[in-house]
Amino acid sequence: MKPKTLLSGNEAIALGAYEAGCRIGTGYPGTPSTEILEHFITFRDAYAEWSVNEKTAVETAIGVSLGGKRALAVMKHVGVNVAADPIFTASYIGVNGGLVIVTADDPGMHSSQNEQDNRNYALAAKIPMLEPSDSQEARDYTKLAFDLSEKYDTPVFIRSVTRLSHSKTLVSTPDTKNTADTPSRTAYKSTRFKRDIKKYVMIPGNARPRRVELEKRLLKLFKACNTLPINTMETPNKKLGFITSGVTYQYVKESFPHASILKLGMVYPLPFKLIKEFCSQIQTVFIVEELDPYLETQIRAQGITNIHGKDTFPSIGEFNPQIIKQSLASAQCLNAVHSPTKALETSHSPLPIPNRPPELCKGCPHRSIFQILKDLNITVSGDIGCYSLGALPPFESMHTLVDMGASITVAQGLELAGKPSVAVIGDSTFAHSGITGLLNAAYNKRNTLIIILDNHTTAMTGMQPNPLTGETLMGEPAFELDYIKLGEAVGIKKSNIKIVNAFKKEAVQKALVDLLDSKKLSLLILQGPCLIYHKKKMKMAS
Amino acid sequence: MNILLVGVGGQGIILASDILAQAAVLHGFDTKKSEVHGMSQRGGSVFSHIRYGDNVYSPVIPHGQADILISLEEMETLRWLDYTNPNTLILYSKTRILPANTDSYPEGIEKAITNAFSNIIVLDPKEIQPKITHPKCFNIFLLGLLAHFAKIPVQTFKQAITLGVPKGTLQQNLNAFDMGYSHLQSTIRR
Repeated sequence: MKPKTLLSGNEAIALGAYEAGCRIGTGYPGTPSTEILEHFITFRDAYAEWSVNEKTAVETAIGVSLGGKRALAVMKHVGVNVAADPIFTASYIGVNGGLVIVTADDPGMHSSQNEQDNRNYALAAKIPMLEPSDSQEARDYTKLAFDLSEKYDTPVFIRSVTRLSHSKTLVSTPDTKNTADTPSRTAYKSTRFKRDIKKYVMIPGNARPRRVELEKRLLKLFKACNTLPINTMETPNKKLGFITSGVTYQYVKESFPHASILKLGMVYPLPFKLIKEFCSQIQTVFIVEELDPYLETQIRAQGITNIHGKDTFPSIGEFNPQIIKQSLASAQCLNAVHSPTKALETSHSPLPIPNRPPELCKGCPHRSIFQILKDLNITVSGDIGCYSLGALPPFESMHTLVDMGASITVAQGLELAGKPSVAVIGDSTFAHSGITGLLNAAYNKRNTLIIILDNHTTAMTGMQPNPLTGETLMGEPAFELDYIKLGEAVGIKKSNIKIVNAFKKEAVQKALVDLLDSKKLSLLILQGPCLIYHKKKMKMAS
Repeated sequence: MNILLVGVGGQGIILASDILAQAAVLHGFDTKKSEVHGMSQRGGSVFSHIRYGDNVYSPVIPHGQADILISLEEMETLRWLDYTNPNTLILYSKTRILPANTDSYPEGIEKAITNAFSNIIVLDPKEIQPKITHPKCFNIFLLGLLAHFAKIPVQTFKQAITLGVPKGTLQQNLNAFDMGYSHLQSTIRR
């Protein structure tokens, strides 16, 4: 037996990319995707960078690809929204070196503001998407994604979910000594950038013929996916069958080990020939998918009728084996083909147990500002990071939160509506998409106070460096953004930019009141390093 | 084998579950483990599912199918009972960590657990902490106790600990494991 190693889905994606000869990765930290690039840079000669945001990550990766090298761009599901602009046109341009974009979705919203189903992006952007169900597949599919990318001249999505990214399952042990010289790598020869204005410059006159090329490529892929080995069919049972993909496959297999299953390794395009063949052999087919009826809608559009989907399974949240069993047990249609299994005997807590809501760490330098804002009864337009917890007790002093950077811009809208507020944003989020909002405020003559909680790191996702940290992902020293110069550059008066030690509560309060009283666009930067980050740094230094 | 390891952020749940899963792999089992990182780090409940055997599909334990529930915190034991059944072995510590913004700890937990299960091992941290060289090794002490029921040889556990903990802390962790292993004889088993 070959030796096997436990790897998380994220580690396996990084390994697969590396084994495919990819040496350059870009991305922005976001749960559950963050560990992919962190693991990727542990390999010899691999380079990765934390981009300022997901749009810059994908655009940089497009450049790497056009430059002839394989590129990996990594982000969480909502990050794909930020990167959607380049992604939709990247599918027109195609690739030179393979381009793989990882979207790590978060059904159940363990650490996210929504649970959007990013399979819809594959359909909308016309980009093939592979969906692994465990770590071995995460590794294999990532390698395959690079091959498909070059073969069909298209970017390729890998879709993960929290339960894949953060579960550890066995993969055949990589030969770490020689990983840099695996056959896959030697097989891959990077090419040079070739000027090709008609293919790479998407002015309308070039985009129209590329649009046609895109449809031709999709036709080829629609045909080819019917024989792609990652779409697998097992039909031991002629009465009951399932169509599923990703980690949901494991839940189905766990609950119904002897049922027929069509497992889709590729979720865009869909292998309709295979699906029709499967459905014609099985009496009743259940389409099991978390979130949207993505597979179901497309399969129904093929005129297939012996199927059930969202009439049986929830559209909200993450699945698990008991949700699948219980949904089927209550499905009327099922009784004809399958006698429902006896409900499991489970225990329930006889006592009410108080929840443990997460909270800002005791001793976090950025707790006190929320107490001050609460005491002054100020409306706060908030943002995404640890400090989102300022919305929870004991502070409850954050009153809006939409997406990365929205604190600054929503505050401008509230001001327009005659309801002034202050914006609160962290350093990494400010770099990600706060700066454009700041410029918008200055240009449109808003008078918002913007408070930047600078803890010198991207703490919520586990201490990733950012443009305010003075360090890159590779651990090299980097330029630190200068708040005062930036503020002055967009036209804020120097007297309206204050940098204060976050631990000095009185000084913080005074600066806050002074800037509010000025009724001018202002920046209040509160500096206090993340405690966990600080401890980590001290440990590494000693 | 389905083992659910639970507690509160900072108790070493993830490290202990990594070591347990590694031991299962070294013994040749198909192994999966699942947990959720992110917001829970900030003082929340932490859990890890570890499953091993000839063939494991779902990375999460189905409700009612946990063979062993190990809880490093008293009230956390009750939070996860949906995963247990009356035959589940409950191995829990009377360690109490008050949730944020709560004034009093719920009473009657021990009684509730005793009523619901017949297979229980209770640990009193006051009794155990003085025995182990470092309070952080409590999670490994529990692994020592677990070794009696995990169907994995003790030597394999030790190999996994050697692979899983920082070199400087190896000896104190191995000691904690041994103490946990020999603790069972002196523990009241109901």
